[in-house]
Amino acid sequence: MIPLTYARATTLDEALDAAHDPGTAVLAGGTELLNWLRLGITDADRVVDISRVPGLDRIEPLPGGGLRIGTLVRLNDVAAHPSVARDWPVLRMAIHKSASAQLRNLATIGANLLQKTRCAYFRSEEPVPCNRRVPGSGCAAREGHDDRHALFGWTDDCIATQPSDPAVALAALDAHVVTRTATGGRRIAVTEFHVLPADGVDRDTVLEPGELVEAIELDAPAPCSAYVKVRERESYEYAIVSAAVALRLRDDGVIDSARIALGSVAMRPWRLAEAERRVVGLAPDDDAVTSAIEAALAQARPVAGSAYKLAIARGAARRALMTAAGVRP
Amino acid sequence: MSDLKFTDRIDLRLRINDIDTHLEAIDARTSLLDLLREHVGLTGAKKGCNHGECGACTVLLDGRRVNGCLVLAAAVDGREVVTVEGLSDGEQLHPVQRAFIDCDAFQCGFCTPGQVISAVACIAEGHTTDEHEIREWMSGNICRCSSYPQIVEAVQAAAASENERIPS
Ligand SMILES: Cc1cc2nc3c(=O)[nH]c(=O)nc-3n(C[C@H](O)[C@H](O)[C@H](O)COP(=O)(O)OP(=O)(O)OC[C@H]3O[C@@H](n4cnc5c(N)ncnc54)[C@H](O)[C@@H]3O)c2cc1C
Ligand code: SF4
Ligand code: FES
Ligand code: FES
Repeated sequence: MIPLTYARATTLDEALDAAHDPGTAVLAGGTELLNWLRLGITDADRVVDISRVPGLDRIEPLPGGGLRIGTLVRLNDVAAHPSVARDWPVLRMAIHKSASAQLRNLATIGANLLQKTRCAYFRSEEPVPCNRRVPGSGCAAREGHDDRHALFGWTDDCIATQPSDPAVALAALDAHVVTRTATGGRRIAVTEFHVLPADGVDRDTVLEPGELVEAIELDAPAPCSAYVKVRERESYEYAIVSAAVALRLRDDGVIDSARIALGSVAMRPWRLAEAERRVVGLAPDDDAVTSAIEAALAQARPVAGSAYKLAIARGAARRALMTAAGVRP
Repeated sequence: MSDLKFTDRIDLRLRINDIDTHLEAIDARTSLLDLLREHVGLTGAKKGCNHGECGACTVLLDGRRVNGCLVLAAAVDGREVVTVEGLSDGEQLHPVQRAFIDCDAFQCGFCTPGQVISAVACIAEGHTTDEHEIREWMSGNICRCSSYPQIVEAVQAAAASENERIPS
């Protein structure tokens, strides 16, 4: 690790001021940043610790039944919150399937969305061609192991995927990221938060330099929601594919509206808009649900090694939808 | 440039295994794991992967289990740390340590300190309803010797003796 200097911010303004200077990395839980520093993924040489900035570690109700989750709330504490458990089960499930118990005690919800791809070439300790690591150097995955790579939204520059589990749940909940800058702030839909390779492999999110995440906001409760994560081992592993579904059901159990997002298939959580349209008016146990998901997946464009993920995506989306509807998948 | 003062050496005060510990001029890059092992001389927490993947470095920070290798020491100034060395009461082993011995829950022993700390936390968190739940909440600790069945047994045994001690 290159030499570092460290300072602890005691207010958000102090943090914003410091974060604006180039070469400065923000430290929350540190579970990503320390690895980036060790692997040379960031060349920051100053660390501003925001972990004790007051007010960023609270969960508060919003008018209208929503919830505001401060960026610094640890993943385990988000999942343990009674409102999250009751009203947004998809988020609780996605968190409980993330990382390990000890990592979730460190990892903060805001920074979870800022984690970078797990593409093995990107994380390599030896230099290999990777446009995300060294712009213009090429993409080792394009010629190498591409079985963990994208189904949607990739370019020849980069075929990686975004690995966050909570992000997929938040995308299906139409959640927002609330940010702060020295001069203001904004509210960004989670579905618009991550940047696809076509818009540049030099960034992961739409955050501008010096812009900090302040909170995640959930709007109306989504009690009929669920998360399914398919991976190579049962626990403590990134997804091959994951699926998050939030439903509104009529009294007779027919689907009134659906939001369906896939994870680990693109550099952002991928909403299946066509399936969302087609399942309205269907009973959740209908074969037509599978056809609707299949129709949406027909638009996928797998890379050579990732085609097998389509079948997994279909199964995961169907199972998440059935679980959200309370029907045994 | 911001007004915050950035430094490359940091003085730290931590309460480690019930002892107030003052450390001077620590390199800002130091992880909590390296601080414990190299500056405090507590080598119980092990360095396996140094990337958060194995759990060998698990310690309790303010009572919660964390990966010491991913914690910047500077960031936890003023906090309380418990390592495997802090569990026993003199010669009297912690019930979880006892259970690990009774169940033969280790082979090479390298992962054991992290497993023991994680097991203490897992029991305190109440994630011991059944074998499946124990496996899930202990999955952040990898054992290359594959002592998992005995580890699960040890956690079950320690959780049961814990419940016996707490009158319901
Ligand atoms: C072994 C391992 C397994 C994992 N498995 C999973 C998994 O299965 N699923 C999953 O979803 N995640 C997984 N993770 C990722 C983990 O959840 C994230 O690393 C974590 O959520 C990041 O939070 P943090 O607070 O530790 O981030 P930090 O490391 O502190 O921050 C990461 C980056 O985010 C930026 N940042 C932090 N806070 C802010 C802010 N408020 N505003 C602006 N920028 C900010 C900083 O630039 C920083 O560099 C895993 C991680 C590891 C190490
Ligand atoms: S897929 Fe993207 S992250 Fe992976 S090697 Fe190619 S450019 Fe790098
Ligand atoms: S050494 Fe910390 S998790 Fe492996
Ligand atoms: S006992 Fe050897 S790694 Fe666990």
